[in-house]
Amino acid sequence: MAKKVALLQGNEACAQGALYAGCKFFGGYPITPSTEVAEVLSVELPKVGGKFIQMEDEIGAMASVIGASLTGSKVLTATSGPGVSLKQELIGYACIAEVPCVIINVMRGGPSTGMPTGPGQSDVQQAKWGTHGDHAAIALVPASCQEIFSETVRAFNLAEKYRMPVQVLFDEIVGHSRERIEFPEPGELEVIDRQTPTVAPEQYKPYDTSFGDVPPLAAFGSGYRFHVTGLNKAQDGFPTTKASLVDDEQRRQLRKVDAAQAEIEKNEEYLTDDAEVVIFAYGSTSRSARYAVNELRKEGIKAGLFRPITLWPFPEKRVAELAKKAKAIVVPEMNLGQMVLEVERVAKGDCKIGFLGRVDGEPINPGQIIAKVKEVK
Amino acid sequence: MAERFEIRFSGAGGQGLITAGIILAEAASIIEGKHAVQSQSYGPEARGGASKSEVIISDGPIDYPKATIVDACLAMTQESADKYANGIKEGGVLLLDSDFVKKEPQGDFKVYKFPITRTAKDDLGREIVANVVALGAMIALTGAVSREAGEKAVLARVPEAFLELNKKAYALGYEKVKELMK
Repeated sequence: MAKKVALLQGNEACAQGALYAGCKFFGGYPITPSTEVAEVLSVELPKVGGKFIQMEDEIGAMASVIGASLTGSKVLTATSGPGVSLKQELIGYACIAEVPCVIINVMRGGPSTGMPTGPGQSDVQQAKWGTHGDHAAIALVPASCQEIFSETVRAFNLAEKYRMPVQVLFDEIVGHSRERIEFPEPGELEVIDRQTPTVAPEQYKPYDTSFGDVPPLAAFGSGYRFHVTGLNKAQDGFPTTKASLVDDEQRRQLRKVDAAQAEIEKNEEYLTDDAEVVIFAYGSTSRSARYAVNELRKEGIKAGLFRPITLWPFPEKRVAELAKKAKAIVVPEMNLGQMVLEVERVAKGDCKIGFLGRVDGEPINPGQIIAKVKEVK
Repeated sequence: MAERFEIRFSGAGGQGLITAGIILAEAASIIEGKHAVQSQSYGPEARGGASKSEVIISDGPIDYPKATIVDACLAMTQESADKYANGIKEGGVLLLDSDFVKKEPQGDFKVYKFPITRTAKDDLGREIVANVVALGAMIALTGAVSREAGEKAVLARVPEAFLELNKKAYALGYEKVKELMK
């Protein structure tokens, strides 16, 4: 049977991906340019026995998804930069309490209200460092409608598997552009559910590391009782200030992602084998970069594209290898220098680094990237 | 069909030009199985002022999703003509609503014009289908998709009560331009 196809906006594809992954709860507050994610789910979630709530604000929205997740549901919220800023306190809470949830950020400019209808990529460091304290972060950066669908599914998988918030960041351009998407059949994409306890309720500890770095999570209402707090806690979930327990817990929470980096990391490379100049680009900017690579190759300039699809954890090893092989890495991004800092840190001076930033609400076009490559090489 | 074909629909917010772009993208990508990306200018200026919708069609995957240099442009109002009828390829085409665009944009492209909105009003009694007249005209002008694919996409989008009206509007626009091209 032919697959179901449709012309969808990236935001609509995101909502469809969430449904495919088994999302059963959306709590949000509408904000341009992400609103279509909420709009679609407000119609579709009730049809599959899910719940949709428009909360009083973005903070309440984040609180609602944490609560819903603790009842065993797969949960989603969608917003844009100003909303992500408001959610930071509770994103930290989801990190320390280890509550699976997916946060969509359809990026516009900033800071503050910025330019609501223009695209931006200036929240990429926020995705890692937005909330205070040491914490692991996973952020995915799809670049097309089809990929928004599949990466939303993967975001749910990673959130459930590692018991943590996962952010999916794309910009207004892919969020609002319409492209053809093929709906995967059920079973075609992997769908992962969280580990639930196998022990009896009276033996259950919500942070029991005897099961590994990701302890099974019981659903409220399933007969298991446990304590949830934003304080550092012992394995039973109750607060502790005991130095060794606090240290263990903090290190474990970083380790669970560090140890799984190879599995979480996802990159695409285009003509990097012999590339003298590698363009490091993500999201919609990577599409301009790919266009630029083709044009540069026609002129005999050996350019290639490295496109992270998982932005955090950062693909350190591969970027370091490319820095050793290439003469230069060029980083175009719709901000004034964010991921270029990571590229510089990892390249350790092994090659030249060129930066191209744009924050006027217009996309970085291929011509700008071509000019930058020629200038740097 | 070229490797990458770019079409821009421009006019006033509320004239249905974003819908026209979506229908063209559906004709190309869902009905004809090509690759297509549709996007629109999306901002405060889209409320009543000049608005635009762009469609890129290609036989292969489309990397840069915005227009680079457009092959064909439609302008339904003077403001949109002033603002968006630029960056047209050498040898490209520009279609104007001759009632509203009095000051023609100049450039190395061919200009076609007819009173698009008035045609919808006088011939069909419904100004609201001017966007579908324009869509038929743009498809005739460019051959970006087949006449049949365009019509099928139009009919897939409209409520049943308006099928006949939209079918006529599409055919009207298509034939008007075919005459102008003779």
